[in-house]
Amino acid sequence: MSRFAVTSDPLDPIQIANLVSGPDAGALATFTGVVRDHHAGRRVLWLDYEAYAPLAERVFARIAGEAAGHWPSVRLAVHHRIGRIAIGDASVVIVAAAAHRTDAFAACRYAIERVKQIAPVWKHEHFEGGETWVEGAVADPEDAAARSAALARACS
Amino acid sequence: MFVTIRLFAQLREIAGTSDLRRELPAGATAHTAWETIAAEFPGLADHARTISCAVNEDYARLTTALTDGDEVAFLPPVSGG
Repeated sequence: MSRFAVTSDPLDPIQIANLVSGPDAGALATFTGVVRDHHAGRRVLWLDYEAYAPLAERVFARIAGEAAGHWPSVRLAVHHRIGRIAIGDASVVIVAAAAHRTDAFAACRYAIERVKQIAPVWKHEHFEGGETWVEGAVADPEDAAARSAALARACS
Repeated sequence: MFVTIRLFAQLREIAGTSDLRRELPAGATAHTAWETIAAEFPGLADHARTISCAVNEDYARLTTALTDGDEVAFLPPVSGG
């Protein structure tokens, strides 16, 4: 299994952590993004996720490269699920392995911020009474301001 | 030259398809590809200011020159996570 993946299968955080754990890693920080039942005052029923998978996997690797520039000991795994995802099920799992917890937490936070900024993934929200595409950031991996903002959140 | 144009999310729904094959003139850029499909599917034009672009599965600028067989993708604002 690759460290960077887009899959329609359910995500298993333990299995994904095993991709980056090792004897040198004293800390594994895991972020699991879960589909929740409300958004913008609406009762959400489920989300359909769509991705440009080959580019998304390349972007996940790029994010890991960026993180390695800030926290050299960190290894990252990023898996994003696509297709229909029910309330309570995981849509994304990020695991950062590092020698120490400070770097693991920071790199994990940085990675999810960057995923939200530049990963070519879209959610189609189905709520009570309708459906809508959720629009987030205009993706630009070269946008230095966005990258700085992600780093600031990671280190706050 | 012939290129494959890929559309996602709202853009895919507007065009009614995720994959298009179009002939473009020599010297065409990713922007030429966008103008071609925006003329064909007028609803796309409203999204011109918020699209990102990828050529051959890597992010690219709209000024990127295309060659025969390239795959150019247009991406609306992303919402993963």
